[in-house]
Amino acid sequence: MISLAGRDILQSWGKFVFTGVGLGLLIGVTLTMAGVYRGMVDDARVLLDNSAADLWVVQKDTLGPYAESSSVYDDLWRGIVAMPGVARAANVTYLTMQVRQGDRDVRAMVTGIVGGTANSPGWPPQLVAGRQITRGHYEAVADVAAGFQLGDHIQIRRNRFTVVGLTRRMVSSSGDPMIFIPLKDAQEAQFLKDNDAILAQRRRSSENPAFNRPGVPGLLEAVLDSQTSNNYVNAILVQLKPGYLAQEVAAPIARWKRLEVYDRVAMEQILVGKLIATSSRQIGMFLVILAVVSAAIVAFIIYTLTMDKIREIAVLKLIGTRNRTIAGMILQQALALGLIGFVVGKIAATFAAPVFPKYVLLIPFDSIAGFFAVMLICVLASIVAIRMALKVDPAEAIGG
Amino acid sequence: MMGRSLSRRTWTLVGVMVPLLALFAYVALRSGPLAPVSVTTTTVESRPLSPALFGIGTVEARHTYKIGPTIAARVKQLYVDVGDQVESGQLLGEMEPVDLDDRIRAQDAAVKRAAAALQEAESRQAYAKAEAHRYEQLLTKKLASDEMVAGKRQELKISDAALEAAREDLARSRHDHQALVAQRDNLRLVAPVAGLVVAREADPGTTMIAGQAVVQLIDPASLWINSRFDQISASGLAAELPAKVTLRSRAGQAMSAQVLRMEPLADSVTEETLAKVTFDQLPEPLPPLGELAEVTVQLPALPAAPVIPNAAVRRVRGELGVWQLAGDELRFTPVRLGASDLDGLVQVRSGLAPGDRVVVYSEKALKNTSRIHVVERLPGAPS
Repeated sequence: MISLAGRDILQSWGKFVFTGVGLGLLIGVTLTMAGVYRGMVDDARVLLDNSAADLWVVQKDTLGPYAESSSVYDDLWRGIVAMPGVARAANVTYLTMQVRQGDRDVRAMVTGIVGGTANSPGWPPQLVAGRQITRGHYEAVADVAAGFQLGDHIQIRRNRFTVVGLTRRMVSSSGDPMIFIPLKDAQEAQFLKDNDAILAQRRRSSENPAFNRPGVPGLLEAVLDSQTSNNYVNAILVQLKPGYLAQEVAAPIARWKRLEVYDRVAMEQILVGKLIATSSRQIGMFLVILAVVSAAIVAFIIYTLTMDKIREIAVLKLIGTRNRTIAGMILQQALALGLIGFVVGKIAATFAAPVFPKYVLLIPFDSIAGFFAVMLICVLASIVAIRMALKVDPAEAIGG
Repeated sequence: MMGRSLSRRTWTLVGVMVPLLALFAYVALRSGPLAPVSVTTTTVESRPLSPALFGIGTVEARHTYKIGPTIAARVKQLYVDVGDQVESGQLLGEMEPVDLDDRIRAQDAAVKRAAAALQEAESRQAYAKAEAHRYEQLLTKKLASDEMVAGKRQELKISDAALEAAREDLARSRHDHQALVAQRDNLRLVAPVAGLVVAREADPGTTMIAGQAVVQLIDPASLWINSRFDQISASGLAAELPAKVTLRSRAGQAMSAQVLRMEPLADSVTEETLAKVTFDQLPEPLPPLGELAEVTVQLPALPAAPVIPNAAVRRVRGELGVWQLAGDELRFTPVRLGASDLDGLVQVRSGLAPGDRVVVYSEKALKNTSRIHVVERLPGAPS
């Protein structure tokens, strides 16, 4: 049996394919937009994955350390590591700042990690080049997204760090590359003021008669020393012993240590539900609009393609072709158009994704859902066209 | 004619559609979660390791001499300035004596007065002695009464006592004088050792309270690095180990040094172990006290053992291990790690043998079921 739709497509295949490609680019944009949304959520998730923590211990009544600032004393971990069910606990600091290298600077999330045993909580779980930090000071592992090379010297506040390792997909929830440095340097970077501010603070203290009494030598020095010391971190990352539930370990810490403890589920809720909520809803809204526009354009294209052939359809009717055959032809053409569009769209989205400055995650579920959505839209759009085609008067074929 | 044209069209259509579908298949399989994970591998080697410790410290002087008055006083004069080299015993400055000189003069007069009083007492005693002697003789000749002799004897004793009192009074006055002179000397600030003036805390006219330093001296030959090592990676630190010191102002210039001692007291707040590191040869010019220095202590070399790069170490479900490649099969092998060096090599105590292949770098976290693709180096990463 001759395929009417195939014949018609072959008759004007160039027009058909190019329409399909145009449609495909539109579908590609929609898929990419879905990828942007997924990438945003994934950024938040990889941040949690990369910290390799089961529990986050932060300052009481805060949503830290990612969504809110939190500071706890850096010797609290000793008490926490002694709690039942805790396998490992490690201090960590997070600070989003500009990291300088020569003339350029990069926005990055500087993460302070404790040294010593390999792969403590907070360490980059895997590298793509170089090595992990071995010295307790002035070494850094940077994400490739920051654009640094091995051996580069980067400036964080007043200290110079050597890049010794590179990671991939280690980003903050807002997509900034992470730079891992030893904890003590990170504490300094976070809490130590710049030299001008320290100088001004010293002068202010020395002019304060309460701190600079003539009869008490050494008081001013003691006050100044206490002003520059820093013993805070942002959070304590906790890994559990096997066989313990997050909740049963978290509850005593929260209760007796007077701290806030979040498990993985709660942390994900904070990051996805609160931190990126508005921006992801923004993207989601745009995605919906794009999908509606795409559907409308598909409908228009199929409708116009049918209208272009209205004369031929009238002839078909005149020679007694059955309605089912005509409807089938239009439906098959719509589905073929949708198929070409989807294939082109998927290819376009895949090749466009790495070009985006932030992460675009194309997941198979989105592609499959997109495929069925495109097919459904094509079917719905062809129904309108089929109704028009069936209503056409065979007389038009000769009437003109 | 028509058929040929149609078949040519069909072929053209096929020519467009087939590459498109092939590209689609490639895209579906080579990107996203279905794509294989690129990894690089290395072979476990048996080789000796020379571990080292890394710490930071500040340049300090072993002894700091803070020289100041022992009583509250005003600075009168300072003869040295920061940077001056001084000899042992050299006069550095003087405190204002206020009325001390006058009091010394008064005490001088008091000494003289006491000497005069002593002379008077001596002559009184000599007279009383002579009188007593005379009356004793008169008594033997019965020319004087017992009562009169007893009176003279008493007078002699009194004048003896007065003489003793005058002597002691003179001694007291002399010592008072000496005390004032000593106090006066104490206002002179003298260098206890040969050294370098590093601080001049006050200028003439400033009132200092007792114990406050006016001038600080150090012995430049006694410079050392007060260095701090994170306790977590300070095992093996001991005296007499060779070290390299890099001063912050002279980056790239490593000076040879030696660990003098490991402090018995560690810093419990910062969780650091302290050690003193001395230069083999003092750098010229001298680094300023308080300058930051990086200290690398070389530990004795360890015998050959299986080593892997630390980038290969992963933690999966709380267990340390590596992804081992047996043929094409990927499996997680738990390992026990030993010593490591600063270049990122770490010894494997158990779990791996030399010749085993392990994954070093991977694009993302690996699973048992991961499809992998072994490459020379990961795309985007420098060699």
